[in-house]
Amino acid sequence: MPEDGGTDAMNQNTVAVNIVGAGLAGLSAAMTFVREGVRVRLISFQPSERAQSNLAEGGINAALNVMGEQDTIREHFLDTMKGGCELADPNMVRNLTQAAPGLVKEMDLLGVPFHREQGRMIQRNFGGQKKKRTAYAKSSTGKMLMAALIDAVRRYEAAGLVTRYPHHRFERLVLDRGAVTGVVICDRFRKEQIRLDGAVLMACGGMNGLFAGETTGTTANTADAQAELLAQGIEFSNLEFLQYHPTTVSITGKRLLISEAARGEGGRLFCYEKEPDMPEAGKTGAGGERGRRIYFLEDKYGERGNLMPRDVISREMVLLGKQVYLDLTGLSRETWAVRLSDLREEIFHYLGIDPAREYVPVSPGIHYFMGGILVDEQHRTNLSGLYAAGECACAYHGANRLGGNSLLGAIFGGRKAALSMMADGRLAADGSGEAAAEGRTRVQELPEAGAVTGEGNGEEYHRTGAEGKEENQIRGKITQILMEGMAPLRDQRTLESALKKLDALAEASEASACLKQTMLLARAFLLSALARRESRGAHTRLDYPETDADLQKNTVVSCADGQIRISFRQIPALRPQTDGNSKSGGKGDRP
Amino acid sequence: MKKILHILRRESAQAKPYWEDFSYETADEGATVATALASTPVVWEHSCLQRRCGACAMVINRIPALACNTRLSEIASDVIRLEPLRKFPVIEDLLVDRSVMMQNLRRLSVWMEEEARTGSEEMAFEAARCLQCGLCLEVCPNFAAGGTFAGMAAMAPMSRLIARLSEGERKRIARDYKKGVYSGCGKSLACRDICPAQLPIEDLLVKSNAAAVWNRWKGVMKQN
Ligand SMILES: Cc1cc2nc3c(=O)[nH]c(=O)nc-3n(C[C@H](O)[C@H](O)[C@H](O)COP(=O)(O)OP(=O)(O)OC[C@H]3O[C@@H](n4cnc5c(N)ncnc54)[C@H](O)[C@@H]3O)c2cc1C
Ligand code: SF4
Ligand code: FES
Repeated sequence: MPEDGGTDAMNQNTVAVNIVGAGLAGLSAAMTFVREGVRVRLISFQPSERAQSNLAEGGINAALNVMGEQDTIREHFLDTMKGGCELADPNMVRNLTQAAPGLVKEMDLLGVPFHREQGRMIQRNFGGQKKKRTAYAKSSTGKMLMAALIDAVRRYEAAGLVTRYPHHRFERLVLDRGAVTGVVICDRFRKEQIRLDGAVLMACGGMNGLFAGETTGTTANTADAQAELLAQGIEFSNLEFLQYHPTTVSITGKRLLISEAARGEGGRLFCYEKEPDMPEAGKTGAGGERGRRIYFLEDKYGERGNLMPRDVISREMVLLGKQVYLDLTGLSRETWAVRLSDLREEIFHYLGIDPAREYVPVSPGIHYFMGGILVDEQHRTNLSGLYAAGECACAYHGANRLGGNSLLGAIFGGRKAALSMMADGRLAADGSGEAAAEGRTRVQELPEAGAVTGEGNGEEYHRTGAEGKEENQIRGKITQILMEGMAPLRDQRTLESALKKLDALAEASEASACLKQTMLLARAFLLSALARRESRGAHTRLDYPETDADLQKNTVVSCADGQIRISFRQIPALRPQTDGNSKSGGKGDRP
Repeated sequence: MKKILHILRRESAQAKPYWEDFSYETADEGATVATALASTPVVWEHSCLQRRCGACAMVINRIPALACNTRLSEIASDVIRLEPLRKFPVIEDLLVDRSVMMQNLRRLSVWMEEEARTGSEEMAFEAARCLQCGLCLEVCPNFAAGGTFAGMAAMAPMSRLIARLSEGERKRIARDYKKGVYSGCGKSLACRDICPAQLPIEDLLVKSNAAAVWNRWKGVMKQN
């Protein structure tokens, strides 16, 4: 049942589409559809307020050219292509960067409180970009964008154009002769399956669940949807490009991100010349037995060393092999008060360190998936009727994403996908609306009650039910294997050893169908990394340290009969543009 | 550190609730109730694990709080009592259905129909930080699911609008604000102390009341 408990308002013979995921990409797509009068079913595991998009901190990129630096769309395009090591489709990046100024202005008009001074929008520096191009709201940009878009979509919920399924898990696609004609979802509250007819847009975020506890993101992006898609024959791309963000800290249950905005506002990374074995978290006091502070990035890359792209910095940090610290002590009082007050509070809360006075020990942590569902410029997948956008799609970021480009990619991608679904006429497959899948079966047997101990007597709990625990253990092992294989520095030996362990795990465990698919997806990551015999962007092979010009191609993963196949696909060349928009600065050309 | 989680479980909304204990031991000083819960088969809602999404609201030792924002080391007792929020229907174990919050926001037309004006960024920022966790509703003496009063969980998003709305939309929002927030609020301000996002609730309330109830929009408009 949809949220209000009534029947689906779309039972009437109207066109309707299904969007799986209600983060920025899903919301942006929904807005695009409803503006054209197309009805939307917005399906998400949790309500929008809980989506990972709310965690985004540092900002969103667009060449608004408001900082007096003569920024242009062309430079945004070039930085994005270069940051992605020329692995993104240049036509797509051109679309993205051209639309960016217009999209940010639209968000502004929805009431997003972007930072302003004297009424003028201010942009900050971000990694891999020479100009100040990142619009922001302190260190809570994602939350502010989401609040505005959630409100905007709500208007259409009230008008009956958007029906929310906000506690519903994606189960599988409905396929008919190789085309996607619907989606089966599960109401987590009622434990019922529902089949929804119509085309499907996947906007289900990154694959955090494969790296449980090791990412900066949400636990709710389990990667179960992606595992199912792979098993159903959907092609994936570039899975080997996993973004390790240089400044993360391990906290309980996850990695805490310290936004790149901290370096955008002047933060510096350093290590000590003579680091003692166990660095004491947060201690400043230069000199002493630790020797001098070495600002190794500035030494190697000059003034902008701290703002090199993330792949470069993370690699340098791993190669350095020493504890690295983030030095934010030089930031002005005004910067802390006006632009990063929330970040300071967060670091203090979790680490007990006041970053205005003490150094923060940091290390690279998994933050973003450049790879994902393979889509073309129109966000079509390899099956007709299925589209993908946002972090779950492999689009725009090539071998390494620039900070601030992912919020943009989610908003733009959602819109672009919606537009092409409408252009493709992929809407009319509807007509029957919502139906119970196989008669609304209870899909998940409730767990057996465990051995209940007396009230508060403190006895060890002994569980008798089989549910949960073993599955969690297997998931934990998959994570462990992937962390070894997909480490920032890889080689054939480590990758093959990870593959062997994965095979052994698959054989040894009585895994559920869902877990088997998860293992298959994990395998696809390792095989992709093994197949790419070069180093490029976020993929560093110790045995192939050079970039190979012949491999300026996308890795494509497909699965048939439980077998993964890896191939490479040519990247389209940049088409000449007739309207000449790409070279003129500041003009936002809406897609 | 060793703790006993004493959890009120139930297999479904209709099923009889029962208590179950789980022991949890850790050396991690930063471990939270969320960390401990993750080691059990208990059903609960979670997402960000860093008090930014509002998913994990529950009643911890009789106080409504976020599981991921409650450190085990800060709880004096060895036994930690966990119950689902009481103002919302329970689905299973600690998982509750907070749909009424979204329904309230729809009922009160919490959206903009015209382009936002610029200014009042600070007020809009603070208001938009609301997690929609529902903890404020849990402690509010005046909120009941299904009632007209929608509580601070509606006041916060509405004050985002009040900060940024164009003049043409003031009447509309004022009407809904009076109906859904102002007229039902008994000013106990229990919400202020419980809010895990530490929203400046009193400040937002004073500003929004002045504008939407007393038609003194100047105060809001003047800010930055
Ligand atoms: C801490 C942090 C900081 C960041 N900062 C920035 C930044 O400053 N700038 C920037 O550009 N990017 C940033 N990013 C990245 C950016 O936030 C994300 O890439 C982007 O928000 C992804 O949006 P999305 O809509 O694709 O996915 P998400 O916001 O992750 O939404 C996914 C949606 O899919 C749903 N879903 C998932 N699985 C299922 C399923 N099986 N069934 C049903 N529904 C499902 C979820 O419930 C959710 O609604 C940051 C990320 C993190 C973690
Ligand atoms: S006002 Fe505070 S307590 Fe209430 S829903 Fe928002 S964040 Fe939660
Ligand atoms: S899990 Fe997001 S607030 Fe606790």
